[in-house]
Amino acid sequence: MTILDDGRTRANEGPAAHEDRLGTALGWFSVGLGTAEIATPGAITRIVGVDNSATNRFISRTLCGARELAAGIGIFGDERPGRWLWGRVGGDAIDLSLLTAGVYRHRYEPTRLARLLFATGSVIGVTVLDVIAARRHAGPRRVSGHTARARATTTVRRTPEDLYRQWHDFDALPSFMYHLDSVHTTNGTSHWKAKGPAGTKVEWDAEIVDDRPDELIAWRSVKGSKVHNAGTVRFLPAPGDRGTEVHVDLQYDIPGGTPGYAVAKLLGEEPSQQITDDLRRFKQLMETGEVVRSEGSPTGARNAVHLLGQHPAQPLG
Amino acid sequence: MRANCWLGRGEVEVVQVPEPKILNSRDAIVRITKTAICGSDLHLYNGFVPTMKKGDVLGHEFMGEVVDVGRGVENLSVGDRVVVPFPIACGRCNTCLAGDYSVCENSNPNAALAEKILGHAPAGIFGYSHMLGGYPGGQAEYARVPFADVGPIKIEDDLPDERVLFLSDILPTGYMGAEFCDITPGDVIAVWGAGPVGQFAIASAYLLGAERVIAIDRFPYRLAMARDKAGAEVINYEETDVREALLEMTGGRGPDACIDAVGLEAHHASPAAYSYDRAKQVTGLESDRPFALREAIRNCKNGGIVSVIGVYGGLVDKFPIGSLMNRGLTLRAGQCHVQRYLRPLLDRIRAGQIDPSFVITHRLSLDNAPEGFATFKNKEDECVKVVLTP
Repeated sequence: MTILDDGRTRANEGPAAHEDRLGTALGWFSVGLGTAEIATPGAITRIVGVDNSATNRFISRTLCGARELAAGIGIFGDERPGRWLWGRVGGDAIDLSLLTAGVYRHRYEPTRLARLLFATGSVIGVTVLDVIAARRHAGPRRVSGHTARARATTTVRRTPEDLYRQWHDFDALPSFMYHLDSVHTTNGTSHWKAKGPAGTKVEWDAEIVDDRPDELIAWRSVKGSKVHNAGTVRFLPAPGDRGTEVHVDLQYDIPGGTPGYAVAKLLGEEPSQQITDDLRRFKQLMETGEVVRSEGSPTGARNAVHLLGQHPAQPLG
Repeated sequence: MRANCWLGRGEVEVVQVPEPKILNSRDAIVRITKTAICGSDLHLYNGFVPTMKKGDVLGHEFMGEVVDVGRGVENLSVGDRVVVPFPIACGRCNTCLAGDYSVCENSNPNAALAEKILGHAPAGIFGYSHMLGGYPGGQAEYARVPFADVGPIKIEDDLPDERVLFLSDILPTGYMGAEFCDITPGDVIAVWGAGPVGQFAIASAYLLGAERVIAIDRFPYRLAMARDKAGAEVINYEETDVREALLEMTGGRGPDACIDAVGLEAHHASPAAYSYDRAKQVTGLESDRPFALREAIRNCKNGGIVSVIGVYGGLVDKFPIGSLMNRGLTLRAGQCHVQRYLRPLLDRIRAGQIDPSFVITHRLSLDNAPEGFATFKNKEDECVKVVLTP
């Protein structure tokens, strides 16, 4: 069984506007400074207070200018600007070490020393901004809105007909979908009650939007549901004599938004883990007749990513 | 009931635990008459297997009498005498139907844990960590046996327990190791490790037609058993250069196949070489010490087979992939698909072709299991195999 997706969407992401402004400003700063360092290295050496020598102009063009330009382009061009902002922090370290060497060399020349110290102070200031911006951009990409997507698949040694029939019995889904408390179907719509992350309860009504016997079932919550969600299960004959591939694709709102998602993940309750465990139990049910239990996991495959949730492997009292 | 429980690294204790109950319809409850300590239990004892919990009941080699069956078990009845295979297998998934029972797709409810470490999950195993299912083991008075309609083999004649007990693991494991070698007339097979599995690998290689079998170990008493009971030629690697000896014994060809019956806690004749991998193991840079595996690969003849039945848990360093690839070796490995071998090996035992009880050196009561673990681990008192009676 494989998790094909980490359960989060990748579209329309990005930090909030105020974070973007700092990142954007630093990006333009990189482009501007980089251009100046490459185009007018002599002026740069004078401003900073070092010799306008061939070596220093070379350093300005390559080590500093090219680097700044790359960072600027990266910040605007990459969908994950955080990496380039951290790159800027690394570049700041290079600048600071160059300036420190300059300060040491010209320590007895007051005019140059003053310029060098001013440049050093400026770079330290920019470094602080770079770190702030990079930290804001760091970490996992955010979920767009609060919608999560989870996909999982397994192969079951039964016919597509058998699997379709079992899955279509929505009222029986809680026998292997452990986050569901109940499903009741009446007149084409069904009422779902489920456990949300960290002990919360959620309910919604769902309707079937596509139904192809022995092939596919697609459903989604009806308009006005508190918890918006949609799902598709497809049954594909596996090659050779291997049974049927089951592919599940779910999209749903996560109660509690991004913090809720973080908590759920910590508890092993995130959607992709849940659906993977659901499919494991579905396979057990269809191949062996029931959900397989051990004393360590008496209810069957569940939250098994965490050893803490395990009962010791000794008979239950 | 009394059960031998894992309490932490180097610590086991026989304590009172509840008696097992049927949890699934294809379960049976077995009253255990004989159980054993396996070399792989020492990996748990020594703390090399992740996902153990305090209180886990140990033991995966056991036999006994059926005292209860679930409604889905039709081939067993109360009173039947059975030997229980250590891998738990459903018998209905694709891998079981292919005969690969030890990688059953359904018997491990904690597959998610194993997938994190191994990529895909193997079958559940009795008393062998939560990553392998979280099932209580058989070093106890009773055990619940899941999928009892698939695993256990009935022993209907009067063969004594000690002669059939090792069908549960080490006899088929050694046999599978020899079977991996595709033995043809004239073949010379080298076996690293003269523990119980190594002894059975040697005996099985002869049963399968090997010309000569060479056992490699460092304990003279184990090598003596390999020579006297299993018929091997022997090399003590602490006294003899293994490479030179193998070249000499095979006319420079190298063994046709090499069996690693040692696994992750191997030793090395050179203290420096040993310390190198031991240090990496202690600091978490590798989980397993692959001395035997490296040597088996390097010494195998060109185009030969390396058969790995010693247990490995995670990651190793300095794996000689260049030797394996450039010399066209075949690497075969696996936890034993015991269910596959029960019937043919029981027939061989009945026919007198092998009496597996020759490896037993210690017979203790279950209550003395902690003492048995210590003696076995420290190779004290010429210990090869400890059998426990509840």
